[in-house]
Amino acid sequence: MKKIVVAKTGNEAMAEAMRQINPDVVAAYPITPATEVVQIFSGFVADGRVDTEFVPAESEHSALSACVGAAAAGGRVMTSTASQGLALMHEVLFIAAGLRLPIVICEVNRALAGPINIHCDHSDTMASRDSGWLQIYSENSQEAYDNTIQAMKIAEKVFLPAIVSVDAFIISHSMERLEILPDDEVRSFIGEHRKPYDLLDIAHPITLGGLDLQDYFFEHKRQEIEAMKEAKTAVIEVGKEFGEKFGTSYGFFEEYRMDGADIAIIALGSTAGTSKVVVDTLRAKGMKVGLFKIRVFRPFAFEEIKKSLEHIKAIGVLDRADGMSSIGGPVFHEIRSSLYESEKRPFITNYIYGLGGRDIFPKDIETVYRELNEIAEKDEVKNLINYIGVRE
Amino acid sequence: MKEIFEIRWHGRGGQGAKTAALLLGDAALSTGKYIQAFPEYGPERMGAPVQSFDRLSDKPITIHSGITNPDIVIVLDPTLMKSIDVTDGLAEDGHLIINTHKSPDEIRKEFNIKGRKIATCDAYKISEDTIGKKIPNTPMLGALIKVTGLLDFEKMLKDTEEKMQKKFSGRPEIVKGNIESMKRAYEEVKQE
Repeated sequence: MKKIVVAKTGNEAMAEAMRQINPDVVAAYPITPATEVVQIFSGFVADGRVDTEFVPAESEHSALSACVGAAAAGGRVMTSTASQGLALMHEVLFIAAGLRLPIVICEVNRALAGPINIHCDHSDTMASRDSGWLQIYSENSQEAYDNTIQAMKIAEKVFLPAIVSVDAFIISHSMERLEILPDDEVRSFIGEHRKPYDLLDIAHPITLGGLDLQDYFFEHKRQEIEAMKEAKTAVIEVGKEFGEKFGTSYGFFEEYRMDGADIAIIALGSTAGTSKVVVDTLRAKGMKVGLFKIRVFRPFAFEEIKKSLEHIKAIGVLDRADGMSSIGGPVFHEIRSSLYESEKRPFITNYIYGLGGRDIFPKDIETVYRELNEIAEKDEVKNLINYIGVRE
Repeated sequence: MKEIFEIRWHGRGGQGAKTAALLLGDAALSTGKYIQAFPEYGPERMGAPVQSFDRLSDKPITIHSGITNPDIVIVLDPTLMKSIDVTDGLAEDGHLIINTHKSPDEIRKEFNIKGRKIATCDAYKISEDTIGKKIPNTPMLGALIKVTGLLDFEKMLKDTEEKMQKKFSGRPEIVKGNIESMKRAYEEVKQE
């Protein structure tokens, strides 16, 4: 198979994956820093390179509403947004998931206002984590491309929508080496469009979006919960098949030099890449450090994460969002909860970092490893919640 | 050679600092390197100081922090040097390549620069002669390659020509002018 090597930004990579997927409908509203995804894709529509019906909506709320309508009518549907756009979609996110519509959003992680900011953090997708959408975070342009392709297939396997995200500007606007698969290979990998139902199939009429009160709402939600559990199997199957066909396998997480590690950092997105550099540096100095990168945040792989992490002495969870819970960020809570059943519960601390695009450097990550080392040596956590690089 | 080469471009909004970083990244990719090219994002105004960046390596690049200690700094507008310390974070043995008609020695004295290897190239004059406009970014690419030997110049010319032919199809004079400007800068850049 001939892969094409090009230089593309995260936004260009996701737009390229969308072109190859060739959805029936894309309804969208532009927002920094995800504007390019839709802009580039609308170019593909104008040039006749896709068969997509493109709906330029008047807001993100309308855009996702149009996506819901199109998916319910039996179409393969995608869109793209960021930050305030995802927040404006919030109401409709639950509807899309509740109606079991396998829509895919190419999302760019940008801080939610206020104060207003256009740069990277994960507050937007983390605020949507309970909406019933799968969430896949990408370290770089290549993963953004690979994840978009896989997300479409996973979503249609379990009839749940999926968000694929990249870090604002750091990935969305950074040009990197990208390997693109042949169009026909991508299309055959995703396969025939699987739809939960088809409103336009007049031979089999159904009711959709009807009032669903005390008598059946809970049963429908129970099925949705079960679908998210099934999504775990689908994520693994699709990630494995992707590896067999195209060379790079994907799972819930990536374990980078975790063999024999005493201490580990957990990160999502581009910071995982920066952490790898630090792991290499510290390993060369004899420190037993590793990186655990979470790729799939929804569904959350509690069991698998417990198994992978319970032997570690001290773990630092990097959160690029604070849930305003007064006790740390969302990834921290999930990781801690995963390890509750473990007999060997590691020490776990939380590091909130990078809000509103505050840069994180290797020296910051090295400091985290040194603090974890101290925790492992002294058997004591001084500060449960820490903030990297903030003035206070 | 260092594992990762880091480059910072200084320009003014509209001068093509971002395009230069992207062109260099793309050309480096075509010679088999791993690359990153990214602009600094802030309020964008024509004429305001802007920066853009490249990372080049023979191995995959996983770091995604900003570049604070570049190996090479390129200045597209010499007047920037009056308001910004373009040597900030630049390695002691790093390259400083400036678009100016002055000599490296004159620049060193004028701005009291210690260490670093200074090179100068009159990219305004070259681009006016070859492209017909003051567009310093493509000639400075030629100067950069001459000074650092980062890439094979012939390969880079060929790759840039192909990319520009796609972008400016039907306007061959633009492609020709840009390629010529790179060649001239490659020949004319003054080094210490």
